[in-house]
Amino acid sequence: MMSEVVIHTENLTRKFGDFVAVNNISFDVKAGEIFGFLGANGAGKTTAMKILCGLLSPTSGVASVAGFDVYKENEQIKENIGYMSQKFSLYENLTVRENITFFGGIYGIDRKSLKIKSEELIRRLGLGLEADKLVGSLPLGWKQKISFSVAILHNPKVVFLDEPTGGVDPITRRQFWDMIYEASAKGITVFVTTHYMDEAEYCDRVSIMVDGAIAAMGKPSDLKKQFGVENMDGVFLQLARGAKRSE
Amino acid sequence: MNKLLFLLQKEFKQIFRNPTILRMIIIMPILQLILLPLAADYEVKNIMVSVVDLDHSPYSKRLIQKIDASSYFKLVEYSPSYRKSLETVGDGKTDLILTIPRGFEKTLIKENSAKLHLAADAVNGIRGGLGSTYLAQVVGDFNREIREEWLVMPRNSEIPQIEVTTANWYNPHSKYPLFMVPGILVVLVTMVGAFMTALNIVAEKEIGTIEQLNVTPLKKHEFILGKLIPFWVLGMVSITMGIVVAFVIFRILPVGSFLTIYAFSAVYLFGVLGIGLLISTFSDTQQQATLFAFFAMMVFILLGGLYTPIEGMPRWSQILTYFNPPAYLIKIVRAIYIKGSVFSDLKNDFYVLIAFAIGFNGLAILNYRKRMA
Amino acid sequence: MKVFFAFVKKEFWHVIRDKRSLIILIGLPIVMMLLFGFALTSEVKNSNIAILDFSKDAASKILVDRIDQSQYFTVNKYLHSENEIEGVFRKGEVRLVLIFPQNFENDLSKDKKTQLRLVADASDPNTANITINYASAIIRDYQNELNENKKLPYTIEMETRMLYNPQLKSSYNFVPGVMTLIMMLLGAMMTSVSIVKEKEMGTMEILLVSPMKPIMVLVSKAVPYMVLCFLDIILILLMAVYILDMPIQGSLVLLLAESLLFIITTLSLGLLISVNVNSQQVAMFISLVALLMPSLIFSGFMFPIENMPLPLQVMSNLIPTKWYYSIVKAIMVKGLAFEYVLKQTLILAGMTVFFLTIAIKKFKINLEA
Repeated sequence: MMSEVVIHTENLTRKFGDFVAVNNISFDVKAGEIFGFLGANGAGKTTAMKILCGLLSPTSGVASVAGFDVYKENEQIKENIGYMSQKFSLYENLTVRENITFFGGIYGIDRKSLKIKSEELIRRLGLGLEADKLVGSLPLGWKQKISFSVAILHNPKVVFLDEPTGGVDPITRRQFWDMIYEASAKGITVFVTTHYMDEAEYCDRVSIMVDGAIAAMGKPSDLKKQFGVENMDGVFLQLARGAKRSE
Repeated sequence: MNKLLFLLQKEFKQIFRNPTILRMIIIMPILQLILLPLAADYEVKNIMVSVVDLDHSPYSKRLIQKIDASSYFKLVEYSPSYRKSLETVGDGKTDLILTIPRGFEKTLIKENSAKLHLAADAVNGIRGGLGSTYLAQVVGDFNREIREEWLVMPRNSEIPQIEVTTANWYNPHSKYPLFMVPGILVVLVTMVGAFMTALNIVAEKEIGTIEQLNVTPLKKHEFILGKLIPFWVLGMVSITMGIVVAFVIFRILPVGSFLTIYAFSAVYLFGVLGIGLLISTFSDTQQQATLFAFFAMMVFILLGGLYTPIEGMPRWSQILTYFNPPAYLIKIVRAIYIKGSVFSDLKNDFYVLIAFAIGFNGLAILNYRKRMA
Repeated sequence: MKVFFAFVKKEFWHVIRDKRSLIILIGLPIVMMLLFGFALTSEVKNSNIAILDFSKDAASKILVDRIDQSQYFTVNKYLHSENEIEGVFRKGEVRLVLIFPQNFENDLSKDKKTQLRLVADASDPNTANITINYASAIIRDYQNELNENKKLPYTIEMETRMLYNPQLKSSYNFVPGVMTLIMMLLGAMMTSVSIVKEKEMGTMEILLVSPMKPIMVLVSKAVPYMVLCFLDIILILLMAVYILDMPIQGSLVLLLAESLLFIITTLSLGLLISVNVNSQQVAMFISLVALLMPSLIFSGFMFPIENMPLPLQVMSNLIPTKWYYSIVKAIMVKGLAFEYVLKQTLILAGMTVFFLTIAIKKFKINLEA
């Protein structure tokens, strides 16, 4: 089971005019893995992720997600993935319950099982009292937890998380990562971008992007050894020093 | 199909929670229908006349009385000199200055002809032009009276006469609200349809939720229908509001059938929603969408024959109106409201509206992408 | 001050980078000038007329030809009975029907007296009256011709002079109107929407902690639109002078100075809206309903104020646009000097100060809360 490749890319490239946002990247992610996609702002993380989610066409190269080709089988990919964007992606003027129902509904979950699932989810998140409040009135950390839960409600093969923990306190971040482990334990592959280096330590494997290309890839422990540093921060600093573009 | 229901459920919930949309649907019809028909009275009347009577003769007095008695004119001033009167024109207090020269009566009788001087404030060309024409008519009448007093006219035995009688159908008392109200109903649906659809979709882009929808297996047509149907319903609600307000305030009801009005509006709305959708595909921010929608509305409505007749336009802009959906519906709703036109009278226009609905939505769908190229 | 300019620069980039909006912001005045200048007139030309001729003789034929040849009418239907009139009106095919009686020519030559009937579709009262007048005039000319234009005694002649606008051009009316509308759109609507957007996106707080007076943060957002606004005004004036042949009679400097005052007025309205609302859609809606629509209605540029019911006439005095419109007309068309527009200028300035004061007060309250 661990050997099944869920995300595959080979020389994947995306240009915007003369600007090469993603430059020739190749990697594989296996089922159930938590794959960290690291890099400074503007390194090309989000672009690469958008290609894999079918939001953006690649310029050249090969990529497939859950066995489907990103060029042609774009719509099938969408059946099999969950996505949580950097921008907040729930409707603020709908309640927690309404958001769950809506997103579950458009993934084709029928109303009966949707009802059971959303009750269970609300209980698990401990949101009994807030279930009928507008999402806009909840604190950011809760919104993000709900967002993540909604993204995996339909049991996707892969879930893509784009900077999921931006702007929340360390405790909430810790709780968020517990949820990621839970999902991974259920066999959902997690593809996560972040620029928090402590979070990188939580991943099974990470890749570090610099100027659109992958500068290093491997287990966090291996990378630390390879670069002879104490933590991921050190790895990152060494790689980032050579970066040409940053915001 | 099931997914579409979830989408509709969500849209309606959001609409009912958005006070702006509700205000737009309720306040817009009321305000527009109260203000515009009352304001849009183009009849040239209450023309303000300043008289410079240098003659002070019985004739000059009779002429002034005659002008004062006419319903078109308001005598605002007897002025001692033309120069003095000219100042009041500058202030906008006078439209016409009639100067009756010294010796007017004497000259007329002795030399068989005399002159009057008229100066018109022509900044507003129509007012100046029509005002002086009307005044010329009063003077003409006065002239005839004088003539008849001096000569006993040989009672038209020799001169052929054509008498013209006129009849004004449908709106015999020249009521402007009757003419404007149906047109404004169309403006209303158009604004509600185009602005709200465009803004709604672009707001999802701006907030980022559209990206979330784009990674779901939701089909393009499901998404588009999910957006169109709620705003179609709102458009129909707003036209209903308009019809009610028109009745309550102006007691105006269509001579023709409601069903015909709704049938045409229903098809038309899809076209307008298509325009809104198309605008949303061109814009990334609500500010852009507002601007594009405003621009489109401005051109469509100005060229729609609401205020100025389409026949008066030059050829090139008449051709433009063939592609202008509001121009069709304004004509249609007016015909149904005022003249009681029935469906068969207007069926060609119906096909055109269907073509618009298909055309605009088709363009919008082609232009809408779930994935960026 | 340095910080302020840095902010303004940033906002400028923001506006300039959005090419599509920029095209519209510059294109809108051009398109409006062209439409009003060349497409929209309340003149009635080429109206469709139907003929119902019960006599079909030489005289009726001559008269029909006259009507068809005039620039005002196109004869596009011949009817056979009065029952058909209803139908052609309902389809909107013609605006007017001219009915000849039986024996038209005979009556005219023998009895010296006959009658014609004009039936108008008066759903548009104005156009109906105008077309009736035109048709009557053509008939009258024909009759006079039959009378061989006998010179009548005791004739009063009228000498008419059209002041300011001898060719009766409609541009004298709408050019100032377009100016006011564009300024409202840019100065008030665009500014308020762009400020409220920052609020909506939550970026406002970030700007407010910068080392600058909070109100200047708002002003810096307005500056690019003010500049654009001014450019548009110059564009409109250039088009008026060189394309529509409408010279500026009064002082250009005075005109631009008054325009600057009005730009500040619109800006203060924009600020007033933006401190009071929290969503772009509301800002847009209020600008549309409370600013643009009244400007259109009450400036006197599309609708004659003097015909409005008294309450609306009174209301029109509360609309800043009305005052600017009359200032522009006075300077541009009538060539009047500053003392003639002093009253309007003071009213406009007073309104501006009033709006600004409320906006700033409200803004301070918001900041403290």
